[in-house]
Amino acid sequence: MINNFFKLTDIRKTLVIVLSLMCFVLFINDDVHAYDNVHSDNIEEIEHEECEKLDAGKLIFDHILDSYDWHIMTWKGKHISVSLPIIVHSEGELYVFSSKHLHHGHEYVTHDKHGGEVKFIIPEEGMYEGNVVRVCSDGTLARPFDISITKTVCGLFVSCTLLVVIFLIVASSYRKRGIKAPKGIQALIEPLVIYVRDEIAKPNIGKHYEKYLPYLLTIFFFIIFNNVLGLIPFFPFGANVTGNIAVTAVLALFTFFITNLTGKKHYYKDIFNTPGVPWWLKFPLPLMPIVEVVGCFVKPFVLAIRLFANITAGHIVVLGFICMIFILGEMSAAAGGAISVVSLLLAVFVDCLELLVAFIQAYVFTLLSALYFGAAAKEEH
Amino acid sequence: MELITPDFGLLFWMTLAFGIVFFILAKFAFPVINEMLKKREEEIETALENAEMHRQEIKNMQADKNKIIAEAKEEKDKIISDGRRIHDNMIEEAKTKAEEENRRIIDQAMEVIEHERMAATTDIKNQIADISIKVAEKVLMKKLESDQEQLDYINRLLEEIENRNQIS
Repeated sequence: MINNFFKLTDIRKTLVIVLSLMCFVLFINDDVHAYDNVHSDNIEEIEHEECEKLDAGKLIFDHILDSYDWHIMTWKGKHISVSLPIIVHSEGELYVFSSKHLHHGHEYVTHDKHGGEVKFIIPEEGMYEGNVVRVCSDGTLARPFDISITKTVCGLFVSCTLLVVIFLIVASSYRKRGIKAPKGIQALIEPLVIYVRDEIAKPNIGKHYEKYLPYLLTIFFFIIFNNVLGLIPFFPFGANVTGNIAVTAVLALFTFFITNLTGKKHYYKDIFNTPGVPWWLKFPLPLMPIVEVVGCFVKPFVLAIRLFANITAGHIVVLGFICMIFILGEMSAAAGGAISVVSLLLAVFVDCLELLVAFIQAYVFTLLSALYFGAAAKEEH
Repeated sequence: MELITPDFGLLFWMTLAFGIVFFILAKFAFPVINEMLKKREEEIETALENAEMHRQEIKNMQADKNKIIAEAKEEKDKIISDGRRIHDNMIEEAKTKAEEENRRIIDQAMEVIEHERMAATTDIKNQIADISIKVAEKVLMKKLESDQEQLDYINRLLEEIENRNQIS
């Protein structure tokens, strides 16, 4: 019976269940602590201060940077946002609570297992600005071990789920259709897979390309998915995932570790005994080896910075054009109206450009990773 | 939250999420996709090779066919020309034969004619001799009347006739 059940359960169904569970966990961020007796909607409405001046820089950076709640829109002076769960580990205990308790510098008071009072706060200024910190008994602030599901993490989960679902569907249609011509979503993905394989992996890695192909395909599609989803301005998309340095750093680290862990003898020989340079660059002072070793670390660093900077810059430019309408609109309605057409056209143009950049950055990241793998996998002739 | 300092929580979640995605895709999605793509490419390649082979075969067959047709044509021409020659020969032969036959018949006829002419001539000679004898008899009847001389002459004539009869 159980076996039959598992056989009958399609991968897709499982994924839907997992996805719904994930949403459930994300949205039910209350009641983790029994004494937390505040009940309200997740989508909360906060009184908006009257006639707040538009601060374009703040608006843009609120979008670019990570946050503990996902602001969807402001409607009739009220912020509509999803409060995301805060998960912190402090002094041997894990605290999980909704970020809605911490809005506008409010303190969240809970108790540790010994019944002592524990306070958390998000300072609006100072060195911990915008981060959850614990207020110690002596009034000092301490940053706990923070693994909250922030906006970026949430966006990351959304795109990862989408990625996995789409590729499992594609794989199942390959299983079903065999070598027949691709159809539907399979036909959309297939040219890209072939492109990565034939234009990126094969020419840059050489005969061992098959070992690296799954990773290259994964980063290619991961980056392109996050880039494109980041351009969609509606919840649950539009989080600035690949424009976050931590995300790109992890991707670069993966590339770094794969390069150096799969490096053959020849690769390390090239680093520590670089061929084709005069001996005095290596002997008393090992200049070349130092340069090469530093290069090993600089390469992934540059990868991370490039992706992060490109995507962030794109988001800033699009938002800048949109903000221009409101900045001028505050001066005079006519100016705002006049500039709105121009701004909109420019924003659309930049959005199209960003679509191109989304692809190019995915391509460049994958291409450079492939190049590094190619150097690592090269064998002595 | 800072722009250029990686946040630890995000590093943690990203490593976890990307690791899981990588694991799932590399285990369940990409091997299937790549294998099928490879299989399809191989299939297409063999299909193309086969098509090329078949095309070559067809080409060869076409050449063979053309050769056979050419040979058949040659054969046909030969047969026709042979037939014509035989036909001509036959006509020629028949002609010569007919001519020969003609000549033979004519010769025969000539011979017969000659023979007949000879017979006729002999006949006529005899009849003339007869008639002349009869005429002579009539003439002589009147003169043969007692004269010795005339008796002698008659004897002589008789002898002559007798001689002639003996010869013939």
